[in-house]
Amino acid sequence: MKVVVCINHVPDTETKIRVASDGTAIDRAGVNFMMSPYDEIAVEEGLRIRDKFKGDVTVVSLGTDANKETLRKALAMGADRAVLLRDDGVRDSYATASGLAAEIKGLTPDVVLFGRQSIDYDDAQVGTLVAELLSLPSVAVVVKLDIKEDGSVVCEREIEGGHEVVHTKLPAAFLAQKGLNDPRYPSLKGIMAAKSKPIEERPAAPAEVRVQTLALRKPPAKNPGRIIGTDASAVKELVRLLHEEAKII
Amino acid sequence: MNVLAFAEERGGKFKKSSLETIRAGRRLADALGGEFAALVAGSGVAAAAPGLGRYGAGRVIVVDDPKLAQHSNTAIARIIAEVARTEGATMVFLPASQMGKDVAPRVAIKLGAGLAADCIALRIDGNDVIATRPVFAGKGLLDVRITTPVKVFTLRPNIFDAAEEGADARVEARTVPLDPADTVTIVKEVKVAAGRPDVTEADIIVSGGRGMKGPEHFALIERLADALGAGVGASRAVVDAGWRPHDEQVGQTGKTVSPSLYIACGISGAVQHLAGMSSSKFIVAINRDKDAPIFQIADYGIVGDVFEVLPALTEELKKTGK
Ligand SMILES: Cc1cc2nc3c(=O)[nH]c(=O)nc-3n(C[C@H](O)[C@H](O)[C@H](O)COP(=O)(O)OP(=O)(O)OC[C@H]3O[C@@H](n4cnc5c(N)ncnc54)[C@H](O)[C@@H]3O)c2cc1C
Ligand SMILES: Nc1ncnc2c1ncn2[C@@H]1O[C@H](COP(=O)(O)O)[C@@H](O)[C@H]1O
Repeated sequence: MKVVVCINHVPDTETKIRVASDGTAIDRAGVNFMMSPYDEIAVEEGLRIRDKFKGDVTVVSLGTDANKETLRKALAMGADRAVLLRDDGVRDSYATASGLAAEIKGLTPDVVLFGRQSIDYDDAQVGTLVAELLSLPSVAVVVKLDIKEDGSVVCEREIEGGHEVVHTKLPAAFLAQKGLNDPRYPSLKGIMAAKSKPIEERPAAPAEVRVQTLALRKPPAKNPGRIIGTDASAVKELVRLLHEEAKII
Repeated sequence: MNVLAFAEERGGKFKKSSLETIRAGRRLADALGGEFAALVAGSGVAAAAPGLGRYGAGRVIVVDDPKLAQHSNTAIARIIAEVARTEGATMVFLPASQMGKDVAPRVAIKLGAGLAADCIALRIDGNDVIATRPVFAGKGLLDVRITTPVKVFTLRPNIFDAAEEGADARVEARTVPLDPADTVTIVKEVKVAAGRPDVTEADIIVSGGRGMKGPEHFALIERLADALGAGVGASRAVVDAGWRPHDEQVGQTGKTVSPSLYIACGISGAVQHLAGMSSSKFIVAINRDKDAPIFQIADYGIVGDVFEVLPALTEELKKTGK
């Protein structure tokens, strides 16, 4: 079984957003980056599939030199190969997906894994864009994945207020959601082994940008609210405010 | 400048997010002087279609095909793209529901279009539209312009309004031939969680954190939620502890929600939690610690013990008839 996992390198969840001087991106100074949390779940799933069926796991990240840190982490978790598709420029989801698809096509995988969404731009597009570009089936927001020997697949995905049981066939793409598994921490042995594994590097295939960013702004600040009481006696006033002021209930 | 909006049907009903999408699409078409049509696709969906007129549809295209009895993302994407093409649609709108988010990227590729996902505002700029979408789980807002001739947008649920206007729509039946490859992926079964609305769709959410002390005490949260017809949410701390299922988790690595009212109970208000719920219209916080960061963004706060405040609040709501 040949598995490819696409992993993104994103600002960590504590990051306070500061807008860079060009007004369209975040100021990266002092920001810590990490593997996008859903991509960790995707890597974990890839490793489990490899261990069950034999084969190998290739992790691919498109971006700058900095993305090597995330590729290195995936190697430390147990991935076999890592590829950096280098691009120092600005890409939208379509351009990112095109670059990834061009690489993945040559790898002829049976399974392609993504995170449900990157936690930076929250686009939730790239996995399905790649699947469509490669004419692969895809299942998004997957919380259960059962691949059979014959390549048929039964999985479950989250929808509003329930789950869908989805059937498909390999080769296919899956977008990992929390709950699919608990990603492992890299072991010390894994971290040491990762140091000697090479990261292949090539320029990402060029692609057009279809969604242009005009501005990144901070949402309007909320006015601090008020404390309406310090015990259960405040609920009367709370209900009154929700009714008369907020007009919600 | 024709506009097509896809309406997601489930069990003979249209989701509220689809009604919001139709109304937003219709308004845009009117403002830009274009034609508008809504699209409904599925098996046995024709009967409900005229009712979309009441949300501004005017004209509804129906693709009713027994092959769609089991939902397939690839088949629906094919149909939307085909209808968009024959209608000469230059803007295609879908709800940013799980179904919409699943098919929109495929529609965009088929139409050579850019996709602005999960938009919360649309602004007309000449003949064009500038869309605003939250990024970094709401810690930032991005204004974007799609540069391709055809543009695809998904709209975040609960942001655009869906008020009724207009009468029954004109309905037109259409067929779109499907390829066997279009139905390789099918939904075999839908397991519906009983009872409360999902946090992404709920108008009111009652959310519990580690301050609830244990899974058994979430009964207090559930009782308040039921008194309000609300959904139940949770912080990651309680999901990780196994007290609540992960589909209730609100936050940067959980669900992003924007209800009219969010009631945070025993939640400290870590940045990752705030990221997922700060766009709620009204926020109420109940926390013992007056310095808890959740009070920074709460409209109304009670500095108190959830074990006293929650039952009292539920009682008061029952007493006042809401
Ligand atoms: C990569 C990453 C991603 C994350 N993603 C998310 C996410 O998506 N969602 C999320 O929620 N968190 C997320 N977190 C975790 C986040 O940092 C916090 O740890 C978490 O939100 C804390 O949950 P909590 O508020 O329930 O618990 P605590 O922070 O422990 O807060 C409990 C609160 O309850 C109050 N309390 C205690 N007893 C009572 C009582 N009897 N009555 C009233 N109040 C009481 C306390 O004063 C306290 O403020 C993430 C963290 C990381 C590192
Ligand atoms: N630059 C990238 N390099 C590799 N994979 C990516 C990149 N951007 C996004 N992805 C993958 O696509 C998923 C969805 O990303 P997005 O559409 O940006 O929310 C992520 O979870 C990753 O698996």
